[in-house]
Amino acid sequence: MKSVVIVGAGIAGIEAAAKLTKSGVKVFLVEKEKEIGGHLRQWDRLFPTQENAQKVLEDIIDGLDNRAEVLKNVTVQHVEKKGDKFEITLTNNRSLTTDAVLMATGFDTFNARRKEEYGYGIYDNVITSTELEEMFKTERVLCTNGKAPERVAFVHCVGSRDAKVGNRYCSKVCCVTAVKQASEVKQLYPEAEVYNFYMDLRMFDRKFEDMYHEAQTSCGVQFVRGRLSEAAETKDGRLQIKAEDTLLGKPLKLTVDMLVLMTGMEPCSSGVALAKKLKIEQGSDRFFNGQNAYNLRNFTSTQGLFLAGTCTGPKTIPETLADARAAAAEVLSYLTK
Amino acid sequence: MKKEGKEQIWRDYQKEIPDNDYFYVRSCIRQNFFPGSEKMFMKILVDDLGKNIYETEHHTTCGGIGYHSDVIPLETAMTIIARQFALMTEAGYKNYAASCITSFGLYSEVLETWHNFPEVLAKVRDNLKKSTGREFELPQHLAHASDIIYKVRQEIADKAKYKLINKETGKPLKVVEHIGCHYSKMFPHKGVGGAEYPYVLSGMVEAWGGEVIDYPERRHCCGFGFRQYLVQANRGYSLANTHKKFESMEPFEPDMIITNCPGCPYFLDRWQYVIAETEGKTYGGKNQGIPVFTYEEVASLVLGYNPWDICLQVHQVAVEPLLDKIGIKYDAGKKYEGLNGKDIGKPEMPGCIKCC
Repeated sequence: MKSVVIVGAGIAGIEAAAKLTKSGVKVFLVEKEKEIGGHLRQWDRLFPTQENAQKVLEDIIDGLDNRAEVLKNVTVQHVEKKGDKFEITLTNNRSLTTDAVLMATGFDTFNARRKEEYGYGIYDNVITSTELEEMFKTERVLCTNGKAPERVAFVHCVGSRDAKVGNRYCSKVCCVTAVKQASEVKQLYPEAEVYNFYMDLRMFDRKFEDMYHEAQTSCGVQFVRGRLSEAAETKDGRLQIKAEDTLLGKPLKLTVDMLVLMTGMEPCSSGVALAKKLKIEQGSDRFFNGQNAYNLRNFTSTQGLFLAGTCTGPKTIPETLADARAAAAEVLSYLTK
Repeated sequence: MKKEGKEQIWRDYQKEIPDNDYFYVRSCIRQNFFPGSEKMFMKILVDDLGKNIYETEHHTTCGGIGYHSDVIPLETAMTIIARQFALMTEAGYKNYAASCITSFGLYSEVLETWHNFPEVLAKVRDNLKKSTGREFELPQHLAHASDIIYKVRQEIADKAKYKLINKETGKPLKVVEHIGCHYSKMFPHKGVGGAEYPYVLSGMVEAWGGEVIDYPERRHCCGFGFRQYLVQANRGYSLANTHKKFESMEPFEPDMIITNCPGCPYFLDRWQYVIAETEGKTYGGKNQGIPVFTYEEVASLVLGYNPWDICLQVHQVAVEPLLDKIGIKYDAGKKYEGLNGKDIGKPEMPGCIKCC
C-alpha cells in the first residue's frame, strides 16, 4: 500500500487526506495543534452566504471517514528523501517511511502587535478579526467594560500590502471578511456606527460585490478610503483614531469604542522551517513556489513532494479545498504511475 | 491599557548605550532657550557621576536646522557632520553624543546613508580632506544625550534629594513625556523604546518616582516642526499643533511635562502664554500653566540643585507650583538674580496666565 505524509491538518490537509484515503492510499495526517481543522475552528460564519463555519468544518472532517491516521500535537522533526522514499521523524520520536509528502502547512495570522501604531496588545478594545469572530461565536460582542460598542471601526490590510512590515502582497480574504463582520455588527447592534477604513475593496469573487452593496445600503456601514495612521486611548477607555480620507483629501479623527484589525496571512513559520529543510523554493512573499504558477502549482522540484492550500499563497476556503483536491489528484497520479 | 504590551515593545527596542567616554556636541539653540540644560548635563555626568565627557569649542552646527528647513542640501550637511566626526577622531573618542534631537536624527540618517551607499561616504571623505585636510572615523556608538541620562537614571535616583511625588498626597506626579520627532520616528531602532511608545523619558520619570500619562495626542508634534514655525505665514499651524496637544492632555490633569528636544519645551512652554492671551485658557489649574522641563532640568531638580541656578526663571510658565508640590526649597526673592547677585531684570507679567 502506497503511503503519504500530509503535514498540516487544516482544511487543505484534511480534504487532501479524504481524497487520497478514498483511493486506497495510506495517509498520515500530522497536526501540530491538539485539534484538527486549522483556522476554520475559530470562525463563526462564512462569507458570502453566512454558512455556519463549524458545520462546514464538520462536513470536511466527515469526509475523512476515519480512514487517515491522524497524529495530533506533533510536528516533523526530521525529513530526508532516500531513494524513492521519504524518511520522517516526528517530535514524538515516531519514524515514518512514506512514498510522498504533501505540504499543507497553511498560514499564520499576521501578528497585529507588529503594527505598533494601532496599539494591539496595549490598548483595551483593539482586537483582531479572528478575536471578533470568536466573539460572534459566543454572541457576546462587547467592550472590555462589558458594554455594547456604539461605534466600531474596521481597519483593512493590517499586515498586508504593507512594505513597512515586509508584506507587499494582498491577503485576499480580509476585504470581504471586513464587509461580512461589519454587516454582522450592524445586524447585532443596529444603532451602532460602523466604519471600514480601506485602501481598495477587492470584491473579486461571486456575491462579494453584492455583500459590499448590502453592507452600504441595508446595513448602513460607512466605508472610508484611507489607512489609519494611529490609534490612542482616551481617558474613558475609548480609542481615538486618525486617518486620511483620501477621497475627500482631508485628515479625519474619530473616537470609537472598538477597533478591529483585519489581520492578513503570512506563511506558517513552522511550515517555512520545514520547507527550508526540504529545499522548497519560496517567493519574495515567503509563500512556497510550485514548479510554476499555472499548471504545476502543486509540484515542487523534488519528486514526490507536493504542495496544497494556503502554503502557496492566500486563498479563500473554496479555493483552498479545490487546490487540496488538485494536489491529492497529482499525488495519486504520482503514486500509481 | 495593558502595560505589559508596552513593556514588550520596550524590550524589543533597546540600544547599546556606553557607560562612559563621550564626545559631546551641543545644540544650536538650547543654550538660548533653556540655558541651564546643557551645563547641567555636563555637571551631573562629570562632577556628580564621575563620567568622562569631552567637548570642544571648535564644533559647529550639524547643519540639521538648515537641512530640515530646505536651506542646505543633504550633501552639505554630510560634510559638516564629517568635520564633527573628524573632531571626535582627533580627540580620541569613539562614542558620539548629540544634545539636539534633530542633530541625532540627522546623524542617524547620514550614518545609515553611508552604510548603504559607501560611495557617498568615500566622496564625503574626499570633500572633507580637500576642504579642511581632516580625516575621520565613524563613531562606534551614537547616542542622544537623553539616552545617556536614561542609562544613568538609577544612579541619579540613588543620589536624589527629591522624588517626583506630590508631598501632600504622597502620590506620583502625573507626567506628560514628549519625545522630539527626530529621536526615533525616522529610525525606531535608534531610540530607546522605539517610535510609537518611546521609553527614554518614561524610564527616567519612573525611576525618579513619577507616573507617565499616555494621552491621545501623545505622538503629535509639539508645534515646532520647522516649516510650520520658520515660515512666518505658517505659524498658525504651529500654534494649532500645540493647542491640540494641550486640549488632549487636559483631562488627565498633568502636573508637568518633560521633553528631550530643543524645540519641544520651547513651544510647549511659550505657546501656553499665547493660548492664554488669545483664548483666555490655561491648562494647569488655578489659572496657571503646566510647567515644561528638559530632562536635564528634571534630573537637576531631583538631585537638589537650586532651581534658579539651572535657569528655570527663563521659563514662560512658572515652575513654582511644581516645586511646591514636590517640596523643593527655593528663594522666591532670588528668582531674577543672576551670577553674583546680578539683577537680570524682572519680566512683565502676562495678563491671563498666572506666573507667580
